[in-house]
Amino acid sequence: MSAAGTGAAPTPHELVERALAMSTTDGCVVVAEETASTNLRWAQNTLTTNGEMRGRSLTVIATVDGATGTSSGVLTRSNVPVEQIEAVVRAAEAAAKAAEPAEDARDLVAGDGDAGQWPLEPAVTTSSVFASFAPALGAAFERARSGGRELFGFAEHDVSTSYLGSSAGLRLRHVQPSGRVEITGKSHARTRSTFVGQATTDFTDVDVDALDTEVVRRLGWAARSIDVEPGRYDTVLPPTAVADLMIYLYWSASAREAHDGRTVFSRPGGGTRVGDRLGQLPVRLWSDPGAAGLGCAPFVLATASGPASSVFDNGLPLSPTNWVADGTLSALLQTRASAELTSLPLTPAVDNLLLEVPGSTGSTDDLVAATRGRGLLLTCLWYIREVDPQTLLLTGLTRDGVHVVDDGEVIGTATNFRFNESPVDLLGRILAASGTQRCLPREWGDYFTRASMPALRVEGFNMSTVSPAS
Amino acid sequence: MSHGIDSEFGDLGLQRLSDAALARCVELGVEHADVRVERTRSQHLRLRDGRPEGSSDGEDTAFAVRVVHDGTWGFAASVDLNTGEAVRVAEQAVAMARLSRPLSTERVELAPEPVHAGASYVSSYEIDPTTVPESEKAALLAQWSRDLLTADGVDHVDAGVHAVKENSYYADTAGTSTTQQRVRIHPDLTVVGIDATTGAFDTMRTIAPPTGRGWEYLAGSPTGADSGWDWASELAELPDLLAERLAAPSVQAGHYNLVIHPTNLWLTLHESVGHATELDRALGYEANYAGTSFATFDKLGSLRYGSDLMHVTGDRRVEHGLSTVGFDDEGVAAQQWDIISGGVLVGYQLDRNMASHKGFARSNGCAYADSALHVPIQRMPNVSLQPVHAGPSVAELVDAAGDGLLVVGDKSWSIDMQRYNFQFTAQRFYRIRGGKLAGQVKDAAYQANTTDFWGAMSAVGGPSTYLLAGAFNCGKGQPGQVAAVSHGAPAALFEGINVLNTVAEAGR
Repeated sequence: MSAAGTGAAPTPHELVERALAMSTTDGCVVVAEETASTNLRWAQNTLTTNGEMRGRSLTVIATVDGATGTSSGVLTRSNVPVEQIEAVVRAAEAAAKAAEPAEDARDLVAGDGDAGQWPLEPAVTTSSVFASFAPALGAAFERARSGGRELFGFAEHDVSTSYLGSSAGLRLRHVQPSGRVEITGKSHARTRSTFVGQATTDFTDVDVDALDTEVVRRLGWAARSIDVEPGRYDTVLPPTAVADLMIYLYWSASAREAHDGRTVFSRPGGGTRVGDRLGQLPVRLWSDPGAAGLGCAPFVLATASGPASSVFDNGLPLSPTNWVADGTLSALLQTRASAELTSLPLTPAVDNLLLEVPGSTGSTDDLVAATRGRGLLLTCLWYIREVDPQTLLLTGLTRDGVHVVDDGEVIGTATNFRFNESPVDLLGRILAASGTQRCLPREWGDYFTRASMPALRVEGFNMSTVSPAS
Repeated sequence: MSHGIDSEFGDLGLQRLSDAALARCVELGVEHADVRVERTRSQHLRLRDGRPEGSSDGEDTAFAVRVVHDGTWGFAASVDLNTGEAVRVAEQAVAMARLSRPLSTERVELAPEPVHAGASYVSSYEIDPTTVPESEKAALLAQWSRDLLTADGVDHVDAGVHAVKENSYYADTAGTSTTQQRVRIHPDLTVVGIDATTGAFDTMRTIAPPTGRGWEYLAGSPTGADSGWDWASELAELPDLLAERLAAPSVQAGHYNLVIHPTNLWLTLHESVGHATELDRALGYEANYAGTSFATFDKLGSLRYGSDLMHVTGDRRVEHGLSTVGFDDEGVAAQQWDIISGGVLVGYQLDRNMASHKGFARSNGCAYADSALHVPIQRMPNVSLQPVHAGPSVAELVDAAGDGLLVVGDKSWSIDMQRYNFQFTAQRFYRIRGGKLAGQVKDAAYQANTTDFWGAMSAVGGPSTYLLAGAFNCGKGQPGQVAAVSHGAPAALFEGINVLNTVAEAGR
């Protein structure tokens, strides 16, 4: 049994301070993270699983300066008792001493952080966050039963509190609430399927009745089945679908990888495509840690280095960053090392993503209503995977219904389709856009819930083959 | 080499913890309660061009209490391993069941399972990969990377290894208690070639599968035993394979006879058979997330899944299998069974609640949770396509294909929410003309609907073509859970499969 009971457990910030005090190498970064999470899951109008969980971890990053560079060692352990802190620090130090110099090594970020926030207790969540949601869901189950529908879905709320301290003086704390609700509705012996989802910070803005009403409306669209052959169609992508495609683009925007000549953002012959125009419309794709409703850590939090992140950059301040501005590729995901390598501004990743087409207003419905002639309207996308990094060609499926639009009206529903498309190409084929609104990315919502996107009508979306899934 | 279970895991006071939690659950009137303690060690190491890019070395330890109370599930978990917390978490789990009761209309009942008291299991490996210093792992990968970088046409080398050790303890109110330990390892190396003038680039990755072995898989067996893969040969041919792919002609889209190597076929099997025969999907429990299945329960025993040659088994027993265990996360002993026999659907993957619900006498042991903080759900056993006794070699399959493509190594994958329409690419596609290999082609993807594809399987290779491959990263469930699973497959011939040109698909 662990040390609980041998005295009061240290608070997370005390854990960080104790670990830093034990450091004997040239540098040390410590991240303590506390997570609290609660969820409800349902299928066929009945709750299936539920849970309320707490997690706790300590990451120690030791750095060692050597003759040919600085190396690092990283260890993460859950629930480290006081008497084992030193063992974790020593193990990280041993790994750092044995490691070859790291290419991303830079001086640890200096600073003193936020003394007011630093000692505060971690934030938590409990199942009480569902106090009004759960009864409303139960009422929706009742309506579904009497209406011949089945509801499937998931609601989750989690709060993570991160404490970042370093031997260079940083003391930073960040509280990150995340939440989402997803509802799949099926009817007519599961021949019709639809989906609605919402990202939320605290569930106070979740209106189950409104979501349920939208499920009913969409299932009604499927009353008429219309044959549509595979091909390229002008298609309205709702914000959730735009988000899933743009998030993939964002994850593919490592400056280091582009510089290496191995991504869609590489310039033939060397360098990156920063400065290239990607589309005629003045689209803006950006991140902002202070974006209203999408707030995220305003500093780098990295417990492992990778192509677009560096443990040495922990604590670097983050600011609003345009990745695409006025239709032109403006920045790529950077570490300090890659920014030097590429001679581009230091623009680290931020944990949210927004897209707008300036001057565009209205909703997805308005974009449908403005469609002249025939077009398609997606519900959402699924199983998105890279086929060709050269063009960032992605494949995937439309999910939960593709609707046929005729002169501004949804007149029926086609099959689902497999698509093959590049989000970079799509930025150049936007015919019209709605206003930007917060949305839940259907596929990446497990990891990425903070997105605001417009609906887009794009030219010639490639519906490659039919998917009979319903 | 046989190993014992790590003493540090036993030192966590497993039985005291479970006794305290289970006793409180019984006091609170549960029909069933179980306690799981999980310790998972997970180490990642990545190198770029032979230099460290990043690493992580994590260890998660936690415990969970799951109850059936008034016919309803309740679940709670914590990272504080002490008896006081065990009692609190037990009460929390019962409270969650009570909260859920008004929203639950289907009573939970568990299929019976013999009691396995004090049982233990350790997987088959020689060198625990989590005890090998990171610097030793890095040194081997750096050497391999440097060797590859000296080859013509190799501009970059990515190398990495992911090693995991799982310890689990399970105890329930029926009296079962199991303690288990298993390891797995997934190394990969990718060479990148870039045409500096045109900017064209391509990659070639090792096809060595992840496996339930230890560090000997890379470094060789200290006893001289077969350690599972010939790395020297595979690394030596990677640069030439890359150069050939970069210079290869673009495939002509159309319908081809495909000879699919097990290094590629395992993933098609995983997506189109493994997931489609998960009973929770077939019943709709995953409808909001992973999806449902065309192989619905009413079709058990009658669905024509593929050709007569198709024999697919589920098992949690095969040596070095990534889903291989002694007991599942509901205390059910590992088994092997038929899923598809003679091309017909004859079995599903079960857990105890679904087994009871659908009238099976016993679960076949497919409950798994990727940590104590997650509730066990039905996850995939090793799902394998059986070879044909005295069946053809790869060369004989190529000869039989006549005009077609040989498909080697997995790459991109995608399948729809009901497991019909899939599209896969590969590390390499070789053109077959007149029954002979005629060099690589590029830009190919094969696409089909599941039953059409398996129905077009006209020849299945013999045991000499069989390989146990698999993945670490199979995702399912909400909250999302990741599981490792192996798939054995022989090479096989599929006639008249749709092949796309991905450049044309991109509209170029």
